[in-house]
Amino acid sequence: MNPNLTRLRRSMMFLNAQKPSLIKDPYIYKPDSIMLDLEDAVAENQKDAARYSLYHALKEIDYRGVERVVRINGLETPHWKEDIRVCVAGRCDSIRISKTESAADVLAVEAEMKKAEEEFGVEHGSILIMAALESCKGVMNAYEICTASPLLFGCALSGGDYTKDLQTKITGTGVELMGARQSMIIAARAAGKQCFDTVFTNLDDMEGFRKEVEMIKMMGFDGKSIVNPRQIAVTHEVFTPTEKEIIFAEKVVKEVDDKKAKGIGVFTVDGKMIDIAFYPGAKRTIEMAKAAGVYEGDL
Amino acid sequence: MINAVGRDIPEKVLQDTGMQVFQGAYARHNQTYKKAAPTVRGIVDPKESKMVDSIAEVLKKCGIKDGMTISFHHHFREGDYVVNMVMEEIHKMGIKDITICASSLGKAHNPIVPMIEDGTIVGIQSSGVRGKIGEAISTGKLKGYAIMRSHGGRVRAIEEGDVHIDIAFIGAPTCDCYGNMRAVGGKSDCGVLSYAVADAMYADKVVAITDTLVPYPNLPASISQVYVDYVVKVDEIGNPAKIATGAAKPTTDVRKIMMAEYCTQFVINTPYFKDGFTYQTGVGGASIASTISLGKIMKERGIKMGLGLGGIAGPMCKLLEEGLIEKLVDTQDFDLTAIESVAKNPNHYEITASEYANPMNKGAYVNQLDFVILASLEVDVNFNCNVVVDSNGMITGAQGGHPDTAAGAKCTIVIAPLLQGRTPAICTNVTTVTTPGETVDVVITDYGIAINPRRQDLIEAMKDVKLPFKTIEELRDIAYSIVGEPDPVEFGDRVVGIIEGRDGTIMDVVREIKPYEFD
Repeated sequence: MNPNLTRLRRSMMFLNAQKPSLIKDPYIYKPDSIMLDLEDAVAENQKDAARYSLYHALKEIDYRGVERVVRINGLETPHWKEDIRVCVAGRCDSIRISKTESAADVLAVEAEMKKAEEEFGVEHGSILIMAALESCKGVMNAYEICTASPLLFGCALSGGDYTKDLQTKITGTGVELMGARQSMIIAARAAGKQCFDTVFTNLDDMEGFRKEVEMIKMMGFDGKSIVNPRQIAVTHEVFTPTEKEIIFAEKVVKEVDDKKAKGIGVFTVDGKMIDIAFYPGAKRTIEMAKAAGVYEGDL
Repeated sequence: MINAVGRDIPEKVLQDTGMQVFQGAYARHNQTYKKAAPTVRGIVDPKESKMVDSIAEVLKKCGIKDGMTISFHHHFREGDYVVNMVMEEIHKMGIKDITICASSLGKAHNPIVPMIEDGTIVGIQSSGVRGKIGEAISTGKLKGYAIMRSHGGRVRAIEEGDVHIDIAFIGAPTCDCYGNMRAVGGKSDCGVLSYAVADAMYADKVVAITDTLVPYPNLPASISQVYVDYVVKVDEIGNPAKIATGAAKPTTDVRKIMMAEYCTQFVINTPYFKDGFTYQTGVGGASIASTISLGKIMKERGIKMGLGLGGIAGPMCKLLEEGLIEKLVDTQDFDLTAIESVAKNPNHYEITASEYANPMNKGAYVNQLDFVILASLEVDVNFNCNVVVDSNGMITGAQGGHPDTAAGAKCTIVIAPLLQGRTPAICTNVTTVTTPGETVDVVITDYGIAINPRRQDLIEAMKDVKLPFKTIEELRDIAYSIVGEPDPVEFGDRVVGIIEGRDGTIMDVVREIKPYEFD
């Protein structure tokens, strides 16, 4: 299994693949993933130039462990197949399908990836897929999409296009995105996949941004799409477990291991009733704390 | 002869100038010397008026002639009209072989380039030059050597008599009929006149040029009537829009904010960060961001800055107003907030450039600095900095107070992004040494922080601090791994510029640029 399927993805930062100044060293800001964009950020007559720049970035730049996702153009455009060839030739980590509406879209991309992988001698399965849901149909088909391929690690909401399709707009209240967020996270979890929230574009409203990240974390999302490095620290901070949470999770993991050996199924930790069902969540908290560099225990 | 920073200074330059090579930042400590003195014409008769109608007339009265050295200050920055106004008249009079000794020159002075080409100007001595003057020097158009001095080094050169100013032209935002000059008020308010004070005290003839004549006496004066021979009223001495702008918005560039955050974390973890600490910073995005973030921590911990020094901008004035700084001591104002502050806030003081940074007086303010936060175009693995010569080999910057504050401060921090475009800022050898590495303690980049191994005490102080520490060689290697190791800039043989150490020795030379030749 490709270990990237379940890697930590708290922040996924959009970068125009055509802009050398942006893509030369975004890793210094320490996002979990970067998303090199061939789609909306790139003008129609610049697609070739962007692919060229992307290929050389993927080949030449050491991104120091940051995941390199590439957003390809939609399947309704003449660009996506060539985009996939470049992604595979450059050996990115993942491909993000824009405007995904069905399992068939995912399978079409996977088939095209296979062709390119054969062409460039790349092992099948080494490059993963994620699906951007940008329409009502896409959101309705979230479960079908999430289960379409074992290479698909998760789905992400694209709020701008989605609200247009919904015949409303981004209001800043989150009301218009409530249904999509709920449906998607439920579908993704049901499929055992990750789920990512849409971008927050008002860079001057850092308080609003923080509130939104806190909300989507509460809803169960794995991470947030980011449009500026300023948003990374806040996102990671929100997704970093508190000291209290870490201590509790550590106790749960240790107690479950200990009690399991003694044949005890239900017990209490700090006055709370705990059973084996708490184990994965507690493990995740520890992993998250490790990723954030705040865990100093021995688990 | 090889100097203390490993630069080979040609014998010819040593012979031509009579200068010594740089022997270390503190080599002249304890040396004694006799100060130079100007020739003074006593104005005994109270009936003599100092008012003169025009620049042309004042030049005649001062006895302008071939070969003279004249001086200017740069408080009007890119809004200055005085240099061009005076030089135009000198040019019209057909005077040749003039040496300009300015506290700095900028792009505003591009119009003097033809006068370099036709021999009106044969010498330039300045903190730095930019634009076309830099090009003219670097392409060998100036007959003599251009001498680049730090702010402290310039005053030292004047006071020691290395340069003798025949006529000083001092642009004054306000002046009275008897020569009392103030920087405050008028149309071209620049806050302070610190750099011009030495000119007034040591030049044979001193001319005040103002566009705002005020009733006598204009007090408190930055420069007193006792030094001034003549006063000329002109229409405009500068363009206020280019002298000072509104306070720059704090940067939103995350890279700069990140470096600023590293800087603040470093500062607060040194033993020097305690109540009453002294501090100087620049006006770059990262410097201002670090002043702002340091201010927050000072507030949280109840620590006050005893002294904020040097060129002043809005964020430092804000800390003064908030009571987080006890005293601001000012040699230059970078924005309208600073100009307003020095005029109104009783704890914001104007000092002279000699008080600020002259290494050969009996102790300058820079010697009392705990921290200075600086920038640099290049830093090499010996921590030598280059702030004057660009990646094309062209002279295009200014030493300013860089070498002075670095030598004075207990903790000198240089902030530089690892890559300046596609040029590595951290390299094996800087193109030109302007500030010696022995005075630079810490280099902060977006890729990590290097402490000068000479400062084992700081390395020890940081051993439990969670910051991305690396060696300077590691930073250089990262830079080279990304953009490659650039070929050294190619120069011709002729020396066109001298980088003078603040103590008057030769730190480095700048040669004529050589057009790049493709293989």
